[in-house]
Amino acid sequence: MHTRSADAALPMTTQLALSQILNGLQLGVLLFLLAAGLTLVFGIMSFVNLAHGSLFMLGAYFGAAAFAKTDSFLIGVLAAVVGAGAVGLLLDRFALTKLYERDHLDQVLATFGLILFFNELIRIIWGPGSIFMQVPDALSQTVSIFGVNYPSYRFAIIGVGLLVALGLYLLIQKTRVGMLIRAGATHPAMVASLGVNIKWLNTLVFALGAALAGLAGVMAGPIVSVQPGMGEPVLILTLVVIIIGGLGSIRGAFYAALIVGVVDTLGRAFMPTVMRGIFERNTADAAGPALASMLIYLLMAVVLAVKPQGLFPTTSGAVR
Amino acid sequence: MHKLKLLTVAVAAAAAIGSAQAQIKIGFVAELSGPQAPLGQDQYDALMLLVEQNGGKLGGQAVQIIKEDSQLKPDVANQVVDKLLEKDKVQIITGVTFSNIMMAVHKKITDKGVFLIGSNAGPSPIAGAQCSPYFFSTSWQNDMQAEVVGKYASDKGYKSVMAMAPNYQAGKDFIAGFKRTYKGGTVVDEIYTPLNQQDFSAELAQVASKKPDALYVFYPGGLGVNFVKQFQQAGLNKSMTVMSASTVDGTTLPALRDAALGMLSGTFWGPDFPNDANQKFVAAFEKKYNRIPSQYAAQSYDAAQLLDSAIRKVAGKVDNKKAFHAALKAADFKSVRGNFKFNTNQFPVQDMFMFDVSKDSKGRVSLRTVSKPLVNHTDSYAAQCQMKAL
Repeated sequence: MHTRSADAALPMTTQLALSQILNGLQLGVLLFLLAAGLTLVFGIMSFVNLAHGSLFMLGAYFGAAAFAKTDSFLIGVLAAVVGAGAVGLLLDRFALTKLYERDHLDQVLATFGLILFFNELIRIIWGPGSIFMQVPDALSQTVSIFGVNYPSYRFAIIGVGLLVALGLYLLIQKTRVGMLIRAGATHPAMVASLGVNIKWLNTLVFALGAALAGLAGVMAGPIVSVQPGMGEPVLILTLVVIIIGGLGSIRGAFYAALIVGVVDTLGRAFMPTVMRGIFERNTADAAGPALASMLIYLLMAVVLAVKPQGLFPTTSGAVR
Repeated sequence: MHKLKLLTVAVAAAAAIGSAQAQIKIGFVAELSGPQAPLGQDQYDALMLLVEQNGGKLGGQAVQIIKEDSQLKPDVANQVVDKLLEKDKVQIITGVTFSNIMMAVHKKITDKGVFLIGSNAGPSPIAGAQCSPYFFSTSWQNDMQAEVVGKYASDKGYKSVMAMAPNYQAGKDFIAGFKRTYKGGTVVDEIYTPLNQQDFSAELAQVASKKPDALYVFYPGGLGVNFVKQFQQAGLNKSMTVMSASTVDGTTLPALRDAALGMLSGTFWGPDFPNDANQKFVAAFEKKYNRIPSQYAAQSYDAAQLLDSAIRKVAGKVDNKKAFHAALKAADFKSVRGNFKFNTNQFPVQDMFMFDVSKDSKGRVSLRTVSKPLVNHTDSYAAQCQMKAL
């Protein structure tokens, strides 16, 4: 097609594919940060938390506010993680504790109410418009790999996401707390009878998930518009991720997030072109973007048809 | 002295309550909650600015402004308009932010013989076949803001342009409007993204690989904030011109600041316009609200000025519909945009400008006038409007 080549180490189409794969990975790790918390809470506490997207939004707002005050992005990140974690802790102790025993419909309704509450609260405090948050100066450039210019900030997101994934793996698999979390998921009564305060364990898990959502929010802040309701579109993608990955499975969430990120990005990037090769221009222009945006839902449908428990179901029968 | 002033205000307020019967009731409908609320808020603030400057009056008559939030939901808009028409019995309605809301309430209001002064949305049907003598617009017909960008791209001699917009009706209209006036080059690719898509990294990589002379985008509200940030982070702002419509404006610039520097935008008005009416308006708005007014504020201020002039002409007798209509049609006020008159379909005939984002004299990021590609521009639908006599 277009063969205008730059002084590149790779041919144009390969360069484009590479940068699209990086974009996909970046979206993927961001989704993983959200999905990890959501799937833990669901897998271990069997609790459906639609307000997870609100914690993402709170993280972005806390981070943006602290960043603006102190001029330090690191403090912004810290504020987001601690702030969202603290809100998660308070939510768990005061708002949600009564809901754990109820059925899923009640949980969905109550946490949907929380979404409305948080959106309105943010609007009252920060106003209805988007607020300002920039990329930290140190990461505002682009890096060139194999002739592909890629924003260094997005690289940083990929790096942080992978580190968190590694940290979670070590926490869950290699530490005593992780062992208790795993045991609490499958045999809560047994763990409790061994003298472990299962309630506090749950609270810990919930706050951890909230902190990760806050981290995702603050890292997305410089890329997307920080505004009330920013958590909802990303919540939908996150739900797709945990369904594909298998409810309750961190490993599943990790792989599914990367798959969804890459499939969604590549679909958006190349589907319209592919469609143009098959149909005439007008039809392709109409169908291409529509199909591209459906791709991950189609993927989800196929996964559900073939493996109803998701790609990486948790092995024990107790975790639903 | 101060006490005396206070007393006068109290007396005036008491008098206003006393004469409530004689007040002209004006309904104001706009998006006042949700992500698009900054637009509605600017519309409301600008309207109230003139009302307060005139001591609670328009055209020398006491007015009561009844504010309603349409929540960007056509069904809610229908309810609040019903309330304004049936319960409050307003004689005039102004505002309306989004085109889908306008389409939901336009017929209902104008059929009732209530005057509707639109201060934002200008969908094509009501400029064309469904035009009504009871509707006036002080903003634009939607396509106008795209057409000026197309003309600018032609004037600049850009040979290849890529276009990006969300995949919904307005996105398609804004690209069609651009193509209508863009001559001498080709639109090499059109990219439509789902309306809820927040990340444009995949699309920007496509754009970077195709290297067009310029990129044309339409991303209103928060989407524009996302787009501009990501475009800048990808380092594309150093190598590519972005021409936008409804993307960088007074409501999104505070969230963008330096990231938007250099972006071009096409519309009808900018805060740096030198005419007296505008200088006065911008200074008063900044003083009262402590921010630079957006074009939505300018449109609504003109709607308030239009009402002010027309109510004065009929000495408050807005029930004399024929006379009030003629008074509105005359548009006998000093628009903040300069040239202003109504076309046969009662949409503005106006000059259209290009702006770039740069620092103003106070070092704030704002819009600066670059050129005037279209003079006395009319919309493309007026010919389809068979305006009924009142």
